Amino acid sequence: MSQESLDLFSAPASEKPAETEPEAPAPEGEDAAAADAAADEPDAAPKARKKPERRADARSMAKGQRAISISEFFTKNRHLLGFDNPSKALLTAVREAVDNSLDAAEEAGILPDITVRIRRVEGSSDRYELMVRDLGPGIIRRQIGKIFGKLLYGSKFHRLKQSRGQQGIGISAAGMYAQITTGRDLVVISKTGPRRPAHRLVMRIDTKRNEPKTSSEEEIDWAYDHGTEITMVMTASYKGGKHGVAEFLRQTALSNPHANIVFEPPNGEAIVYPRQVHELPVEPVEIQPHPHGVELGILMRMLSETKQRNLTEFMRHEFCRVSSRVAEEIIEGTSKKVPDRSRSQMLRRSPKAMGRREAEALFRVIQDTKLMAPPTNCLSPIGPEAMVKGLFSLFDPGEVDEDEFFVTSETRPPSVYRGNPFQVEVGIVHGKGLPGDTSAEVFRFANRVPLQYQFGACAVTRAVTGLNWRQYHLQQPRGGLPIGPMVVAVHIASGWVPYTSESKEAIAHYPEILDELKLALQVCARRLSKHIKRKKRAASELKKRAYINTYVSPIAEALIDILSLPEGEDKNIEEHLANIITETRGGELKV
Amino acid sequence: MSKKKIGSMSPDEADATTISAIEQVANEIYVDIGRERAPQLVSPQRSLKNVRPFRKRIGFLELGDKIKTRTLSVNTVKTFAQSLKMMGLSKELVQTNDFATKRDAYYQSKNWGTAAFKDQPESDAVMDDIEAMMSRYGLGREHLRYVPDEHGGSVAGALKVHDRDLETGEPEIIDCTRFGSGAYSIPSWVEHLNFETEAEFILCVETAGMFQRLQSHKFWRKRNCILVSLGGVPSRACRRFVRRLSEQADIPVYAFVDCDPYGFANIYRSLKVGSGNAAHVNHLFCVPKARFLGVTPDDIKRYKLPTHPLKDIDIKRANDALKNDPFFQAHPKWQKAIDQLLEMGVRAEQQALARWGLNYVMEEYLPEKLANPTAFLP
Repeated sequence: MSQESLDLFSAPASEKPAETEPEAPAPEGEDAAAADAAADEPDAAPKARKKPERRADARSMAKGQRAISISEFFTKNRHLLGFDNPSKALLTAVREAVDNSLDAAEEAGILPDITVRIRRVEGSSDRYELMVRDLGPGIIRRQIGKIFGKLLYGSKFHRLKQSRGQQGIGISAAGMYAQITTGRDLVVISKTGPRRPAHRLVMRIDTKRNEPKTSSEEEIDWAYDHGTEITMVMTASYKGGKHGVAEFLRQTALSNPHANIVFEPPNGEAIVYPRQVHELPVEPVEIQPHPHGVELGILMRMLSETKQRNLTEFMRHEFCRVSSRVAEEIIEGTSKKVPDRSRSQMLRRSPKAMGRREAEALFRVIQDTKLMAPPTNCLSPIGPEAMVKGLFSLFDPGEVDEDEFFVTSETRPPSVYRGNPFQVEVGIVHGKGLPGDTSAEVFRFANRVPLQYQFGACAVTRAVTGLNWRQYHLQQPRGGLPIGPMVVAVHIASGWVPYTSESKEAIAHYPEILDELKLALQVCARRLSKHIKRKKRAASELKKRAYINTYVSPIAEALIDILSLPEGEDKNIEEHLANIITETRGGELKV
Repeated sequence: MSKKKIGSMSPDEADATTISAIEQVANEIYVDIGRERAPQLVSPQRSLKNVRPFRKRIGFLELGDKIKTRTLSVNTVKTFAQSLKMMGLSKELVQTNDFATKRDAYYQSKNWGTAAFKDQPESDAVMDDIEAMMSRYGLGREHLRYVPDEHGGSVAGALKVHDRDLETGEPEIIDCTRFGSGAYSIPSWVEHLNFETEAEFILCVETAGMFQRLQSHKFWRKRNCILVSLGGVPSRACRRFVRRLSEQADIPVYAFVDCDPYGFANIYRSLKVGSGNAAHVNHLFCVPKARFLGVTPDDIKRYKLPTHPLKDIDIKRANDALKNDPFFQAHPKWQKAIDQLLEMGVRAEQQALARWGLNYVMEEYLPEKLANPTAFLP
């Protein structure tokens, strides 16, 4: 029986990535497993069944159990990271590279300058060479290999601060995908300053050990003062449309009006998105986790990893918004829930010594304690003016008719979901140059990164379709997107954006987020409706005048006939009539 | 200009009134325009809500004081133009002593340029508006020379109708005793007619079949009367004809219709006091002298007439008359009769008298009834 359950365990264990090698299960673990198995009645139920033949024992099975490298794991599960098909793989690679470039430049206080070049490899129909070059801070020689050749290496995962990439698997996963599909090495060039040398590395990832392996390295002359350039060749497919690279860069330009972006597509001329704003966005400040945003498992991990010596210090220093008074209040509450620990014992208790039950009690008390909302300086919204400029950049200035064009944006004050601060921004462009008889385009951004997949699953979509646009003088099919020549851009900034899945393609439906989205959309829609109304009124004014003129002369004619007025009188009557009718109020034409 | 007088005006006087009314309306508009003030078209409200409780002294369902004004604006400019054009056409028709049917007027509009009517319902609506407007001057559509297309009804008996040749103006005298088995057909426009008669009463008959029987057997000769075939609910021309005839000759009018709610509430009530819907012209089209000869619910019993059960629509109509109709509400005798009919739950047609023989109606029923006109329902 217990053998059977162990058998079941071992199978997934070999697939679990970051677990320590399961040599022999720890004694408690075995107890727990046995208890679990006993609780799992279905396994025990069919007693009449013939006792299964023993096929392997723990010892022989142990031989098949070994750690797997993360690289190996992702080789098999690349769809989790957005490399499910050739066209999406190309987009994901561009996305990861561009996100990194933007983050690095901003962190270094440099206005981002990025070039993306995609070329088809000659003599092949499904291989593309992707080059992304930024004029950012560059990477010091020692780190180049790790950044591009080791998965889950990075600076962003561990901190609560708004940044584009979060997991740090992105760019190296792209490199790995390239390597797996074409066998070609990555080429990285980086330079950290004008008088520093530029390093050119040809490298690959050792997928078994999750380590970079450099095959050649040289110092070269590079035309730029500082920056990083990565080139990879991958099996891919270049597609236009909503899910394409071009659209990604277009939207990225919108949400990053402080960046200069150049795109050289495999077909056609280079597209330049010039910088619209010459100031860097406010640098988000790193904050500590807010107690309400921490789940039990995370709390337990924090307890075991902390350097703090007692629980009071732990609460005060590992979290934000916990003063010593609040820390004491929480710990006192916890001591009441734990039978044999006094208040003072609890205050002095070592975090590492906290058992599961104690941790759970602490967790519950934290949830029930009123706390100040987390600080919001960890957020960096695009800002209303920059958003408007970004939206303008979507159009050629030549094709924009100022009168027919409307743009607005709204940045909501920061709010909090589950202890995580977040901020919502909405921008709407409406007018000429956009197709009028189709659904509005919706651009979704999370920490300035465009989201192009899983439109239906996203909270933004729910918020946009959930709004009653008819109220704002727009057409809208039931439960659908508004119809009209418009783009709705929605940005959610947060230290921790709640995606629905690892591939970071859609935002989860937290009620707090949906509420904020709705409020921001309403404000913009209200302004838009004013504009539409004004336009409609102007149009109806014209129509009205033409309409009046049609009927003014028959009236004059009839009056002249009936009253036998002199011939020239018709001009007189017509003039007076036009004046009278034009001036009558409430004259909305209903014809 | 009072409403009562109009009915008894000579045709020329009526024409003069029509023209001056049209000119007055047009002039008010012209003056307003000159002062850059939005002109208005004023007409009485034509809804049942604006119908006054029935007063016997007045003799017809009359309209209340509520008025509807249509001020010139973007949304009314088209109707304004069409109304004025229509009034202009009316003036022309009066001056040339001509007339136009609704359909004629619709086609006439086709040379008004942009003000032309798209379809006849549109022109009919404007015509109704103008009629309502002109009703304030005591005028009806016929005075404006817009005549209905409908058949006016038939007349036979001791009557000479004085008409005139529209082309030459020569008087023409029509002797209604000399139509053989046929009858004089009431024209759609009767304002200019004059009457010469020694008859003692006018007998209005609902069905063409009964009229034919009475005419063929020269019932009018036996009883010295004038026969009128209503043909269901009487047309405007028919009602106006009977009204003018009964006034000029000063003789009573007897209605002989089916004994059912439709006969009471639709045919007889319309003949006598006009309809609720066209209350603005009822003063012209009512026949206050009319009395209800039969067939009454009492007659069904007395003459043991074959009957049919009342249909749902009959019962609804009867209840409606009792509850909402100002005429029936003003007459307890009628309420009693309708209650009685509802209680019996049956109806009988005037031709049911044929049960006792085809000519029983002339030989027994009508003489018996006519012997006691005071017993007729009001």
